[in-house]
Amino acid sequence: MLPLEQIKTRIESAVSGAKIDIVANGGPSQQASLLIDNEHAVAIARFLRDDPELRLDFCSNVTGVDWLDRTIKKTVKVKQVVDAVEKEVDETRQEVIPGYLEAVYHLYSIARKHGPLIIRMRTTDRAAETRLPSLTPLWRSAEFQEREIFDLYGIYFEGHPDLRRILMWDEFEDYPMRKDYREPDDYEYEPTPHGDVLEKAKRHYALRPQLDGAENIVEPLDR
Amino acid sequence: MSAIVETIEAMERPPVTMTSRLEGELLEVSMGPQHPSTHGVFRMNVALDGEIVRKLKPVFGYLHRNHEKIGENTSYLGSMPYTDRLDYFCSMTNNWAYALSVEKLAGIEVPERAEYLRVVLAELTRLQNHASLLGFLLSDMGAWGTPLMYAFREREKILDLFESLSGSRMMCDYMRFGGCRVDASAEWLARAKEIVDRFPNFLDEFEKLIVENEILIARTQNVGKLSPQLAISAGITGPMLRACGVNYDIRKVDGYGYYPRFQFRIPLGEHGDTYDRLMMRALEMRESISILNQAFEQIPAGPIMNPKVKVRAFRPPVGEAYGRIEAPKGELGFYLISDGSPNPYRYRVRPPSFINLTILEDLCLGHTVADVMVILGSVDIVMGEVDR
Repeated sequence: MLPLEQIKTRIESAVSGAKIDIVANGGPSQQASLLIDNEHAVAIARFLRDDPELRLDFCSNVTGVDWLDRTIKKTVKVKQVVDAVEKEVDETRQEVIPGYLEAVYHLYSIARKHGPLIIRMRTTDRAAETRLPSLTPLWRSAEFQEREIFDLYGIYFEGHPDLRRILMWDEFEDYPMRKDYREPDDYEYEPTPHGDVLEKAKRHYALRPQLDGAENIVEPLDR
Repeated sequence: MSAIVETIEAMERPPVTMTSRLEGELLEVSMGPQHPSTHGVFRMNVALDGEIVRKLKPVFGYLHRNHEKIGENTSYLGSMPYTDRLDYFCSMTNNWAYALSVEKLAGIEVPERAEYLRVVLAELTRLQNHASLLGFLLSDMGAWGTPLMYAFREREKILDLFESLSGSRMMCDYMRFGGCRVDASAEWLARAKEIVDRFPNFLDEFEKLIVENEILIARTQNVGKLSPQLAISAGITGPMLRACGVNYDIRKVDGYGYYPRFQFRIPLGEHGDTYDRLMMRALEMRESISILNQAFEQIPAGPIMNPKVKVRAFRPPVGEAYGRIEAPKGELGFYLISDGSPNPYRYRVRPPSFINLTILEDLCLGHTVADVMVILGSVDIVMGEVDR
């Protein structure tokens, strides 16, 4: 397959306005990836699929990753006026990198038998803006996998034909694969209609005719 | 009093007529999760027009235990026995896929003998998986018991091999990062060779029973046809993809392990129907036997573990890796992100049978309810892997 830099320039020349960053991978696997912007994601993905050189027709793996807020401590030299003398003083600054959710796609080509090309999309934050464009219209294999990300991470895929929970039950409220997910104390607890049924049953008993007095009969103890 | 009034009111209602005809309306039926042919707890919401399927929505999650979250909360090695439980028919290939991904992530090399042992065990797994799949599929078609017992007789011999090597029939937990856990003795290899040598007899016998069977042909040919375009787009892998005539086998494409050293052919189907999917398994078993025979001849002596791998406090460098193998059911991949700690930051399983179910509705539309079971059987799912 072409090196990532070349793929990047090819995409940028084909899709006008596309912003692409190469995300380096320091590990021995050397699987670097392309971070594509959400606005042009569908156009970029379509180019990757249809370009005769790349022909990435097989979207193998789609998954989500949760990145929490990170604080980075930096030591910066700052000029300060101490006792009317200008000095250079070390100052530690904390920089907070806001967290985000990420969707990662592993693309292969069956026609050209190469791959993987890894593309990723990021949401702006983890709470309010967790929307990403869906790539299911391009690769059908993303259908269940994007549903799974929606289910477990809470990314809303816009343009997905059938975005519902898939592994958890429909009434479930949280997103269990998020890093800050707290497990409930009682796993088994689930509100059931049993309470309502019991209430109805009690009202039913109250309407019964009065008791016949049999419960008052006490067996003599000394028999 | 009030109870009596209610009864009188009920009596004055018009009498209920006999069941009215549906008049072309669709009938919604929930098939499963408890159904003998769903291979576990799998449910399909089916809309039926008479006996014809008009809509089919699979419902998952009855076996969901959030395997991936548990993988994130466990050390790298701690997940190895847990991968056995994904596709509990093929624990050896699950181990291999996971070990391969971690080896990519940490840059570990595997000794020669261990690679050969991995190939031997993966192909034995393929034999027993495909054999039992054929048995199950015939069982779904109404050939109760007999073909399944034929298949399980052979499977049992291979599981005995697994047991004598790893200590467990199905939950083998055999592979490690940088090698395998225990070495195979010369006697074990001789016994394995004997079993593999006899396997073609079983295949001959089994194929004689099924290939020209009139009922089987009527039930499977032109049922559940899948076009190669849809198969590629929907990420279908494994024998199901090759039954459509798409030549894509990760053993050849990626050439992981020592597969480039072996000579074998990739059987391809033509029609993409259930019959082709079924035959694909039978033909693949023949190729597996050929790989196994070559492996038994070539396997060298030597160590089975890379001595440089730290077993305790195993911390791969920061980075990510996606490793995949050709499991009997399709492409099994593991996507791992390491942040340098003893646990993976992200542990993702790419389950082949889950993604192969994407097109279940497309395959079943227009066929009868009885065909749904046959089509589902030919997809080859294991719920431990689908729901994770």
